[in-house]
Amino acid sequence: MMPLDLEVVRRIAMLARIEISDAEAIATRDQLNGILNMIESMRALNTEGIEPMAHAQDVVLRLRDDRVSETDQHEVFQSIAPQVEGSLYLVPKVIE
Amino acid sequence: MKDDYLTGATLTELSSALAAKKISSVELIKAYLNRIAAVNQTLNAFITVDPAQSLAQARAADARIARGELGPLTGIPIAHKDIFVARGWPSTCGSQMLANFVGPYDAHVIDRFNAAGAVNLGKTNMDEFAMGSTSESSWYGPVRNPWHTDHVAGGSSGGSAVAVAASLAPAATGSDTGGSVRQPAALTGTCGLKPTYGVVSRYGMVAYASSLDQGGPFACSAADLAVMMNVMAGFDARDSTSLDRPPEDYSRSLGAPVATATAKQPLAGLRIGIAREHFGPGLDADVEAAIRAALDALTALGARLVDISLPTSPMSVPAYYVIAPAEASSNLSRFDGVRYGYRAPEYTDLRDMYCKTRAQGFGPEVKRRILIGTYVLSHGYYDAYYLKAQKVRRLIADDFTQAFKACDVIASPAAPTVACRLGAMTADPVQMYLNDIYTVPANLAGLPAMSIPCGFGNRGLPVGLHVVGNYFSEAQMLGVAHQFQGVTDWHRKKPEEVA
Repeated sequence: MMPLDLEVVRRIAMLARIEISDAEAIATRDQLNGILNMIESMRALNTEGIEPMAHAQDVVLRLRDDRVSETDQHEVFQSIAPQVEGSLYLVPKVIE
Repeated sequence: MKDDYLTGATLTELSSALAAKKISSVELIKAYLNRIAAVNQTLNAFITVDPAQSLAQARAADARIARGELGPLTGIPIAHKDIFVARGWPSTCGSQMLANFVGPYDAHVIDRFNAAGAVNLGKTNMDEFAMGSTSESSWYGPVRNPWHTDHVAGGSSGGSAVAVAASLAPAATGSDTGGSVRQPAALTGTCGLKPTYGVVSRYGMVAYASSLDQGGPFACSAADLAVMMNVMAGFDARDSTSLDRPPEDYSRSLGAPVATATAKQPLAGLRIGIAREHFGPGLDADVEAAIRAALDALTALGARLVDISLPTSPMSVPAYYVIAPAEASSNLSRFDGVRYGYRAPEYTDLRDMYCKTRAQGFGPEVKRRILIGTYVLSHGYYDAYYLKAQKVRRLIADDFTQAFKACDVIASPAAPTVACRLGAMTADPVQMYLNDIYTVPANLAGLPAMSIPCGFGNRGLPVGLHVVGNYFSEAQMLGVAHQFQGVTDWHRKKPEEVA
């Protein structure tokens, strides 16, 4: 694999919604390349025909009865929200 | 009242004292709170103590005891890793992102301790969002090792490990995604267990890498770990990966962990797998010497060492550092400054609000792992990294399946070195990651694993013996550890009082 360049680092940071300064991007590029270099060693292993393992236990998702099980606690949950008005979470205007 | 008796006190001893009315729960809690107040400034093991809430629980426990309703943990203080959400308690996960987050509900694990009448003694310090192996990435500052306060406590559950090591709590909870219970247990001379994946509910335990995360206990002995497991384990419909199995008594095999045990040889017939990959370059000589001595003690008890191979294990760290960050990048997308947690004070629009909130709210290690995870899941790289890592994960799990045909448990060091100095690892994340080599495979396979104290290495710092068992063999593993602790006293060693 090609080492990451600054443009890729900025694109990943954008995808992850993390603001990154130019100085941070350079340090981050070097650290991520160090980590990816360590990860690369795994690629020498032959895994042909091996079924990917997503999970430690082969469990089937349970279905619960279609009954109301939770009570309305929006006041409790919204009491710790950054900005709430009239039981609505407030965010910056998205549509002009 | 002098509180010397708290040093190394076991859960059973404390419960007997409560039952015999030698002490009340309120007195017990006050004594531990005094100890915490005296040394926490140095050790930084606790993020939050709340005497009012703890003492209210203690008074309720005393009332229960007066009514004759005394369970094994009734009235006993338990410290909780700050990853467990507890109603009315700050639950910060060691992050500025959740610095103002007061739990609006109880995690399943907290529920279980509350139902048992245990007292929440406080919330312990940890690596931010459980990402780290030294407990230095916390927004609340690093945890210090009570054996040498210029050394790290291990991580990520370093605060819980230190709380038990320094007798600031008789037992504590932690979480283990790649070794976060076992490695700090090893580095602080305490006992720590990561159960089989799915045995302890993850409900209310802030998610790092959901397919690997598992809650587990810290205590002063294997017998106490069993007491903790009897409370923590159990089915919970609110965690889709919780396993619906009949309840079990984790203390049941302490006396006789193998069917072929004899009075003189309590481990007769036990086959301990020794993987040749575990004793190669990278393992410090002082750690290896302590491990070899522990193996001698186990064979003297009747166990037999069996040569095994875990050929894929050297690839476990690369696979882990793809899978865990990938899951983390998805899990931590919830921290967006909208519903809870930190929000940047200034921003221009919605995207800017997200980007600034996350840039300011997360620390460098968390950002690093989110970025790695975002990259390995991004278009064009998914197969090369994520899918590849999942295939390696299968090979690692298959290695264990093969190994357990020839042995009952696998023993190794828990970490290749004793605790490093504060700051020694922070500049080089890769070096820190590579030190997870002994603990990560059990998470990838979902197997139970533990660390118990087995001696001291350089500078008098503790060494932990790592034991991996087959799925659901916790009771047997605890029995093996209990027998070891019957003929050794490493688990009773305590650091000198920290000033």
